[in-house]
Parts: sequence; C-alpha cells; structure tokens
Amino acid sequence: MSYKAKFRVWRGEGGEGKLEDFTVEVNEGEVVLDIIHRLQATQAPDLAVRWNCKAGKCGSCSMEINGKPRLGCMTRMSTFTEEEVITVTPMRTFPVIKDLVCDVSFNYQKAREVPSFTPPKDVRPGEYRMKQVDVERSQEFRKCIECFMCNNVCHVIRDHEENKAAFSGPRFLMRIAELDMHPYDVADRQVSAQEDHGLGYCNITKCCTEVCPEHIKITDNALIPMKERVVDRKYDPLVWLGNKIFKRSSS
Amino acid sequence: MTQTTPESPVRRQRAQVTVRTLRTDRWWLQPLLTFLGLASFLVYSFWAIFNNDYFVDPYIAPFSSPCLAESCPEGARFLGFAPFGDWYALPPALLILAFPAGFRFTCYYYRKSYYRSFWLSPAACAVQEPHGKYTGETRFPLILQNLHRYFFYAAIAVGAILTYDAILALIHKPAGLGTYILLANAVLIWCYTLGCHSCRSITGGRLNHFSRHPVRYKMWQLVSKLNAKHQPFAWASMFSVMIADFYVRLVAMGVISFSFA
Amino acid sequence: MEIERHDYDVVVIGAGGAGLRAAIEARQQGKRTAIVCKSLFGKAHTVMAEGGAAAAMGNVNSDDNWMVHFRDTMRGGKFLNNWRMAELHAKEAPDRVWELEAWGALFDRTKDGKISQRNFGGHEYPRLAHVGDRTGLELIRTLQQRVVALQQEDYETHGDYEAYIKVFAECTVTRLLKDGDAISGAFGYWRETGNLIVFDAPTVVLATGGIGKSYVVTSNSWEYTGDGHALALLAGAKLINMEFIQFHPTGMVWPPSVRGILVTESVRGDGGVLRNSEGKRFMFDYIPEVFKDKYATSEEEADRWYTDQANNRRPPELLPRDEVARAINSEVKAGRGSPQGGVFLDVSTRLPAEEIKRRLPSMHHQFKELADVDITTEPMQVGPTCHYIMGGVEVDADTGAAAVPGLFAAGEVSGGMHGSNRLGGNSLSDLLVFGRRAGLGASDYINGLKVRPKVSEASVESARKEALAPLERTGENPYEVHQELQRSMNDLVGIIRKAGEISEALEVIEKLKERVQLVGAAGNRIYNPGWHLALDLRNMLLVSECVAKAALLREESRGGHTRDDFPVMAADWRRKLLVCSTTDGSGVTVVEQAQPEMRQDLFDLFDRGELKKYLTEEEMDR
Repeated sequence: MSYKAKFRVWRGEGGEGKLEDFTVEVNEGEVVLDIIHRLQATQAPDLAVRWNCKAGKCGSCSMEINGKPRLGCMTRMSTFTEEEVITVTPMRTFPVIKDLVCDVSFNYQKAREVPSFTPPKDVRPGEYRMKQVDVERSQEFRKCIECFMCNNVCHVIRDHEENKAAFSGPRFLMRIAELDMHPYDVADRQVSAQEDHGLGYCNITKCCTEVCPEHIKITDNALIPMKERVVDRKYDPLVWLGNKIFKRSSS
Repeated sequence: MTQTTPESPVRRQRAQVTVRTLRTDRWWLQPLLTFLGLASFLVYSFWAIFNNDYFVDPYIAPFSSPCLAESCPEGARFLGFAPFGDWYALPPALLILAFPAGFRFTCYYYRKSYYRSFWLSPAACAVQEPHGKYTGETRFPLILQNLHRYFFYAAIAVGAILTYDAILALIHKPAGLGTYILLANAVLIWCYTLGCHSCRSITGGRLNHFSRHPVRYKMWQLVSKLNAKHQPFAWASMFSVMIADFYVRLVAMGVISFSFA
Repeated sequence: MEIERHDYDVVVIGAGGAGLRAAIEARQQGKRTAIVCKSLFGKAHTVMAEGGAAAAMGNVNSDDNWMVHFRDTMRGGKFLNNWRMAELHAKEAPDRVWELEAWGALFDRTKDGKISQRNFGGHEYPRLAHVGDRTGLELIRTLQQRVVALQQEDYETHGDYEAYIKVFAECTVTRLLKDGDAISGAFGYWRETGNLIVFDAPTVVLATGGIGKSYVVTSNSWEYTGDGHALALLAGAKLINMEFIQFHPTGMVWPPSVRGILVTESVRGDGGVLRNSEGKRFMFDYIPEVFKDKYATSEEEADRWYTDQANNRRPPELLPRDEVARAINSEVKAGRGSPQGGVFLDVSTRLPAEEIKRRLPSMHHQFKELADVDITTEPMQVGPTCHYIMGGVEVDADTGAAAVPGLFAAGEVSGGMHGSNRLGGNSLSDLLVFGRRAGLGASDYINGLKVRPKVSEASVESARKEALAPLERTGENPYEVHQELQRSMNDLVGIIRKAGEISEALEVIEKLKERVQLVGAAGNRIYNPGWHLALDLRNMLLVSECVAKAALLREESRGGHTRDDFPVMAADWRRKLLVCSTTDGSGVTVVEQAQPEMRQDLFDLFDRGELKKYLTEEEMDR
C-alpha cells in the first residue's frame, strides 16, 4: 500500500528560502507530519518542524498544506491523490525562523494584552456556583488549542502587516468573548474589544471558523455576538437610553 | 528567540512566497457562484421595481408589498392605506425597498458573501486580497453595518406583511398555486429573519446568566438553531422571494393563466 | 560565542501542570522565577490528559472524603506508595481544583452548580473534576492564563511584564550546575538559534514529565525523553521506583502513525466495554483475587452499576490500569485480538450517538480524523501503550526537595506518590498539589539560604563542550540510535518482562551508549532537530538503564512491573524500594532501600483483612 509521493517543502531561514522538491515514501494511514518526519529521518535531518502531541491536541504543527492552513498531524495522506504534488509551507502571517517553524510571539503578546479573568472580590475558591448552561458558551471557546491558524488565515493581518498593532486576531477576540460571557467575570470588556483589540476590523468572512481544527464556531458564536454586545454599548442609542432610564447594568 | 516577548523584530520576516496563493483546489468557484447569485438578484430587483404588473387579486408581488401609494390598485393597498398621494410618481416598490434591502445588506451572512465575492477581501481563505489597505468595519461608511439590528426590527414588519399577504390569498377561495408560493416564501422569510445574529443577541445572547432567564434562554436556543442555518435560509429566502415575485407578475401579465394559478 | 546569562531565584524546568503551578507559587512567594520549556508556552504534554483531576470534593457523592481517596490511591499503587505523599495529595487536591476555578477554569457542572465529578478506574466514588474529555487542556490553559495574570500584575507595579516571571520557551536545559553540593544554576540552549544560555539560580524545580519516548508504542510526545530524571541523576540525586511504568490499557492501534495515542479511560467510565474477537466481555475473567469483592461478576450487575452505584459492584472494565492492560495483552497473545492487533472497545452499542458526542467529543473527533472510524456506530480497536512512569526523583513529600540541596521535583518526574501504579485522574491532581509544594519548598529554601551558590566557569565550559559535541561530529544519524533504543525497550522491557530479555536490553543499551558517543548532527545550530535528538539520547539511555536494571532486580509482579518469571506479588518486596544513582553518568547503580512504615493513624484507615493481602505478617503485628 505504500507509494512514492512528491513533496515540495519550504526550506530556508528568516524568510529567505525556496521550495525544495522531495520524493518520499508514504504508507497507509499516514499523515503529512509523518512524511515530514520521514524526510527528517532519511533525507534532511535538519528540516525544522514544530510538533508535539501528534493527536491534534496541542496545536504545535500548524503549517500550510497546498496553501491551506492545516495541522500536519491531522491531515491524512489519503486525502490526496498519489500523483498530486504536495506543497508544504510555513504559516504566512508570522515571521519564519527556519523551514516550517514560525515565530509566533505575536500571539503571546496579544494574549498578554487581554485583561485576565476578573472575579468579584468577595467570592472565595470553592464558592463558585455556575449552571452548566451558563458556562457552555465559554467552554466552547476554551476548546481552543492555540494553533494560531485562525490568526494566520485572517486576512486582516495576513495581507496587511500594518494592522498587527491594532488587531488581536480571532483567537484573542474569542478570548475576550469567552471572558465577557463568563458568569463571574466583572471586568468591562466590550468597549475595549472594539477600541483596543480591533474587533471592527473583522469583516466576518469566516476564514477563522473554516480553518479551526477544533471546529469552534469562532465567527458565529464569539465574534458576531461580541460585535452585537459592542453595538449595545457603542452604537445603539435605544439601549443606551434604556440603560440611562432604567439604570440597568449591562446584563 | 521564541519567547513570549519578541526580541529582534528587524531580522524577522515572513516566508517570501511570491504567489498570491498556493491553493490547488478550485477556490475561485465559490466566490464566483456567489457573485452570480447575488448579481442575478440585483438585476432582477432592478427590473421588478420598475415593473408595474405587481398586483392580481388576491396576489401582490412581495417586492411591491406593502403598496403605500395612491397609484396602487385598490386591492393592493396595505389595509387600504395610501399615505403617498398623487404627487408620488415613482414606482411604489421604491418606498419600502430600503427595509428588506437594508436588512440583507447589513446581514452578517450577506456581508461575508459580498465582501468575499464582490470586494475580494478575501475572495477565499488564504488567498491574498488585491487591496493595499484595509480598515474593515472600523470607519465610515462600513461602520454603519452596526445598525443591522434596526433593519432587523423593520424586517419583522416586512415578514408580518408578507405573511398577511399570504393569508389574504389563502382565505380567497379557491386557493391557487400562487397562494402556496406566497405561503412558502413567508415561511422561508421568517426562518431567515428570526435566525438573524442580531435577533440571537437580543433574545438572549447578551445575557451572561441563561439560568436566570429560562424563557429567553429557550428563545435563544430556538434562534440559535435557525441561526446555524442562516446561510442556507439567506439563499433559500432570496430565491423564494424572487420566484414568488416573478410568479405573481407573470400571473398579473397573463403569461401564466391556467385555472389554479 | 558569548553565552547568554540570566539571574533568577527559581528556575522551573518544564511548563506542564506541575511546572506552571510551581512557578506560580514561587512568584506568589515573591521569588523571581524563570520557566524553561522545550515547547511553546501552553503546549506541554499535560494537554493530553483527558479524564479529569481526582479530588475528593464530594460534589456528586457526599460520602467521598480524603480518607477514601487516600485508600484508593494506596490500593491502586499496591501499597508501595509514599504514604505521606498520598495523604497530602488526598487532603489538598480539592483546594487546588477550587483554586483553578478562581483563576478562570470552567469545569463541567452538577445540577446545583458545583463542579461535576466522574467515575474512573480504581476510584470508589465519582471523583474526577473534568471538562468533557479535555481536562488537561483546561488545566494547562488556566495555569498559563494565571501566569499571564501575574505578569499583568507585575506590569502594573513594575512596568515590565517579565519583572518576576518569564517564560523561556523552546529552550532545553542540558545540565544542572552546582556549587559544591548545592544547585547553583542550569545550562541549556535555545532550540531556535542554538545559542547557549546559563541560569544563575540557587534553586531548580524539575517538572519535565516522563520518559515515554524510550518506547515505540507510547502516548507520550517527543518531549518525554526523561530529561528531568537524567538531570537529577547527573546532579547526584536519586531515582526510585523506575521499574514501574504504566501501560495505559487503551491506546489506538491503527493507523500505524498514531499507534499508542490515548483513548481516554472515560470511554469505559461512561459505559464502554471491552470485547475480544469472539465478542466476549473478557474482563470478567481477569478480576484478581485482591479485588474480587469490589467488582461485578456478571454483565447484568455491571450494567446496573452505571445507573445504581450504591447497590451494585462496578464493572471490571474499570479495574486499575495495570490489570486491564495485562488482560488485553493476554487476549491478544491468545489469538483473540482484533484484526489490527488490539481488542474492541465499544461504546456505540451502549450509548446513543448524541450522548457519545456530548460526553466524548475529542475521542469522537480523534477517531474520525485520524482513523476514519465513527465511534458512535462502530467499535474502536485499542491496545496497551506506554503512558506514565511511576518512578522518578526521590523527594521529600512536604517540600518536593531532592537529595541535592536546591533541587526540587514535582509531577511525573518525581517518584513515590503513585507507588507501583497510578490511578487515572491522580496525575492532574498530583501536578497541582506537588507543583505548589515544590514552588513553596524552593521559596522556603531560598529564604533560609545564607550564601547564594555560584556558577563555576569550569562547569559551564564542560557543559558547553558536551552540548556542542554532536555538531562537530559527522557520525551516525541519531534517529537510527533512537529507533533501536525504542524497539529494544518496547520488546524487552515492556509490559511483560523476563530476566533473560531484560539482560538482553541492558546489553543493547551498553552498545547504544558507545554509538551515542559517535552520532553526528548535520546542519547548523539553528532549529536543528537532529542535534536536539542527539543530546536527548544521553537522557533516554540513562533513564532506560535505570528502568531495565531496576526491573531485573525486582523479582515479583506488582502494578506497572510484571515479571513472567515471578508472576506473584511478594509482601517482602513491598518493603523495598529500588534506588538508582550514578557517579559520573557513564553507568547506573541500583540498590535496595527500606520503605518507611506507614503512620499508625493512616494504617488504621484500612481494614486489616485488606492489609493482610499486601503486608508481611511482621508488619501486621503492630
């Protein structure tokens, strides 16, 4: 059941590089990451690739396979024909360290700019009481394995490096939504989602949702609800008026 | 260093891949079909607005309902009203068009589809967009997309009127094929309207404690179910309204004239 | 080339659950803390933990308390556990879990809004706090976000996120540095650039996890090369219980590339059953004598247990992991295995499809994506996989301190807590309880320190030479040496062991040690995986030698150590620990050491009839 596949893999350091051709053995049941490992073991021992769990749980082996952001460990070779040339490149949005390995520090920096979970001061550990229905939405977002493919595919920063300062990317806008929907979080996050994290840049073209290996409905369940919450606060005079009159809190 | 703080940003650059995309699939097909679909709707709408055969008892073409001008035939007027008098000489459809059009134009799904297919921003995932600068919906005019919920309120009225039209046709005996077309259209319009993301937020999405609002939570769940199919309903209701409208006009023009029309 | 230098109070090696919890504690005690990890921040192997964190909160069954948990843990470890660790663990686990919730973790809930708890093998009551089947991810993300929260606090007060806690990601430590007897720092390299780095620090907390990469079929990731075990050995600390390796009974067996990847025990906890090729639920034939009265003997009773746990005994599928792993191994050997060499684990005929997707989402996803198997309609094929090492650095139970002053260890790299076999769910709680204690231990050690130990230039120089050596050679490809080691350990020191085979493995290890001296790494220092592996091989060989030597000495079968030639558990052996040490890293010596006796009040928690099954008569006479 094994055959020789044609691979084109990006090789190079710090952005300079080119696609190199390889012919490599493929066996039944293998995934793209296996083939990259076979290249390491047989043809290119210094081929750099980041990986870890090999089961789609850690989000380390993000790469672009035939131009699409994918996890190397979750892309089965059986999804390609034997004749097909398979092109493997590093994520496009982040600087390259070497070969398939990117510098993803942008994401860690953005993570740090989102204020942490802020519970009320008077609730002590062990006293939290939350219903399942109240945590389910945030739980979906916490499935995120931080592969950063959503941030990679998002054209706001993929095609416009200059937007990186103003835009936190789907991953961290979703993190804001997660906290904003948390039953015990008391921080005000809605206005800052728009003003500090660039929610307005999102034009909901849903590529983040398309590439998410955890199948999180990022756009429908996190970004759009967050946009609507921002509208409540910033753009809806009726809600604003209602809040003034009835002195309601935001939820 | 791959630290959580980047150190020497100067040295860093992206992989210098020169092609727009390395995708090998037919990524252009989806935006092309979307473009054709939306464009056909625009072309049809333009024609329909200026077409005067919008009423044949008991049917009124959805694009021209409610008919609010004195120029409308007696039976076509919504509840008999005609607030726009003789002085109004333009097609009556223009009066109300802004509401359903605005609803669809600011709809989160349609935004996705035309940003992709008309503005190519991006045409497909991981395909470079052809624009040098991008600010999204952060400034005028696109910041007005945030008014979607007002169009949603209007869309409820539109849905109600279309339902009223269908019911009017239904109580008319004997009911013809057009009745069922109008009815099916009304159902699809509701499925689309109530599955709206703004509706989802208004019914329950903005709450943080579903458990304290069981009724709104139930509503939110229902809306969420429809919302998950917002795209198919967007297309289905767009074509159904087009078909229903065209059908009524064909009947009105006498092109269709069989006995159960 | 200039070597980068950093000054810290505490250097934590490893950013999994134990490492992060230790770092958080050290920072909360006001210590400047470095977290050094081989992967990116938040990718640690802890994310693979699925089932949950065991903590006797009593949310689902109010009869549960620390004493029951303690008993279950000791029983699971066949009474070889360090009883003090088991006690601390059972007592403190609930607080550690609640604390996570205050840091933002969102566990699944009970009807009254508390943290829900699920059943698991070896636990008498539903005890595992969980989030679907991705609890490890929740834990690592929560701790990661807690680190970020502390950094944000530091930014507020000092204007620098990294004033008190900094993550050195993709950075490998290759040597611990000492000043006389005491730890004075650590030496390592950046994976990305190959640049060298020295930490000046009076304390090092090891939290590097396990050793699974010495085996072919393993649920562990590439990071699990036994770095912490080897670093501790080379620094003069001792390893205990290295012969005890847990083979998780249910790993995937197909496709070959994912062979070994875990299928969570929750599948069985939620109703999944094991069948052989004849369709028989074979686990009923494998209930050992010591567990006879605790497990159901008929399918009817076992099935009733899922709905009525008070009046029925639990199904034998939920026996401790070592028992189930051995049973599967026997079925396959007897020719009753599945087509791809495992047995069938079936949940599809037991639960409605929707329920399976809700309760086991990541298993559904994993099988769908990796094996193209829909677990809601067909059974999975599973077999044992190398999962966890019970053995590790011998530490003081209360502080996590190793024999070397300034060296601490927590989590999988430490030994003793789990005895000869770990219960599912006890690992995540272990990380939290002892991670915190190690961080606290390190802080207290620093507070009592009169003179700060110094890093000697000579030790840095020898570490530098050792690290760069493979780059200067053009010898054998390190991947070949690694593969041979993995095969040998898998075949010769695997789930069932024999004296002859273990000796054979030791011979192979000796030969591989010579070959490792010659392996070369092509390419330069920038992100060069060949070079990294060449350096990791030293650790894997040292640790494998410990495992094999200890396995050869222990002439009994207990927990994660099964000797074909000594199939019974011997009470005399329970009183002995096997301790590994090395003088210069060229070889390992293993000696026996007496196991300390259990404190009387803990002893009294057990039924004497039960203790008799494990303890010698002499021990019972007290």
